[in-house]
Amino acid sequence: MAKAKVATTSLCGCFGCHMSLLDIDDRILKLVELVDFNKSPINDIKEFTERCTVGLIEGGCCNEENVRVLRDFRKHCDILISVGDCATMGGIPAMRNTIPLKECLDEAYLNGPTVHNPSGQIPNDPEIPLLLNRVYPCHEVVKIDYHLPGCPPSADTLWEALVALLTDKPVALPYELIKYD
Amino acid sequence: MSETITFTIDGKEVSAQPGQTIMQAADAAGIYIPRLCAFEGLVPHGSCRVCTVMVNGRAQAACTQPVADGIVVENDTEKLLAIRRDIIEMLFVEGNHYCMFCEKSGNCELQALAYRFGIAAPKYPYLFPKREIDATHPDIFIDRNRCVLCGRCVRASRDVDGKGVFEFVGRGPQKRVAVNAEANLADTDLKTSDKAVEVCPVGAILRKRVGYAVPVGRRRYDHKPIGSDIEQAASKK
Ligand code: SF4
Ligand code: FES
Repeated sequence: MAKAKVATTSLCGCFGCHMSLLDIDDRILKLVELVDFNKSPINDIKEFTERCTVGLIEGGCCNEENVRVLRDFRKHCDILISVGDCATMGGIPAMRNTIPLKECLDEAYLNGPTVHNPSGQIPNDPEIPLLLNRVYPCHEVVKIDYHLPGCPPSADTLWEALVALLTDKPVALPYELIKYD
Repeated sequence: MSETITFTIDGKEVSAQPGQTIMQAADAAGIYIPRLCAFEGLVPHGSCRVCTVMVNGRAQAACTQPVADGIVVENDTEKLLAIRRDIIEMLFVEGNHYCMFCEKSGNCELQALAYRFGIAAPKYPYLFPKREIDATHPDIFIDRNRCVLCGRCVRASRDVDGKGVFEFVGRGPQKRVAVNAEANLADTDLKTSDKAVEVCPVGAILRKRVGYAVPVGRRRYDHKPIGSDIEQAASKK
């Protein structure tokens, strides 16, 4: 049987969810029997080279680049999963959602107590993706098929969900595997 | 006068005393009706509607509705589970619930309800409202980002502590818990030993310097769903 293709990405996240995936310990050997990774920071493949069965999205959308990548994942993946609280509800980065963007930038680059910025400039290079007005949960940008909450979701949560999906079983996680912290 | 009332919940016969609420009778019979604003020892408030049951085909709040002979109560039905689930989801999107750094996480009743209902993510858009934190009191803070307007603190302060420290102000999306002082929480006579500090179901009213006292895995709802104490008490009988 051909191995299922899996892609992963970290948008506005901290890579904690990817760390949690590595936390499946020796089951990682079973995982490589089950899947091939396509675009993912795990293998550093930058662009999709083929269609994938599952796309794992860590982090919400805080800038235009996040939105581009997320749409690219939706286009190339059969099943898209929001992994973790940032993808699901914006997470810690979404704390800025109640503060106007200008105020956030001023605090980060001009007024913050530890800021040293003699030029008084706020970074504005065309290379830097433009920030969105607020942080968006992934399902408010594209259709998301499953949510695995948690900060991060435990390795068991990720493993159980992935194995169920890849073996055509329903994703029915037990009580202890759906947690928001 | 102590004639016994009998009625059914999901077809199961339950007996109760006159004057009891449906929720009290259900608890005694080991049937859990999900709830959020209700709290034992406080007058029922009937505001969150998580405890909605069907009584003879009509939606009623189980925490306020008195028992009556022969009523037919539905509790554990698809339709009611969906209604309650929606209410819980709306409470999540209506506030700012950052479970990942909340000291109440694992012991929070709102979170526990979501776990019990198997909610992986709310289907409604998050509102990200701007809410105020009051950390002026030396020992207690109130973080309105997490408040679900259950009114437990209001009732506990008024009826148990006899202080009336908290009261609701505003209506609709502007409704919030205010303190009974010209300025801030620090200007009230709220004490850490007050009932009002203990009853908040979420992490909106917390004692300072407690932090994450109980490790993950040993918190109240880490392994057992909310309500399982009520259900287990029944199965032991
Ligand atoms: S502060 Fe807590 S107890 Fe008071 S209304 Fe809000 S959620 Fe309820
Ligand atoms: S518990 Fe009955 S309305 Fe809130």
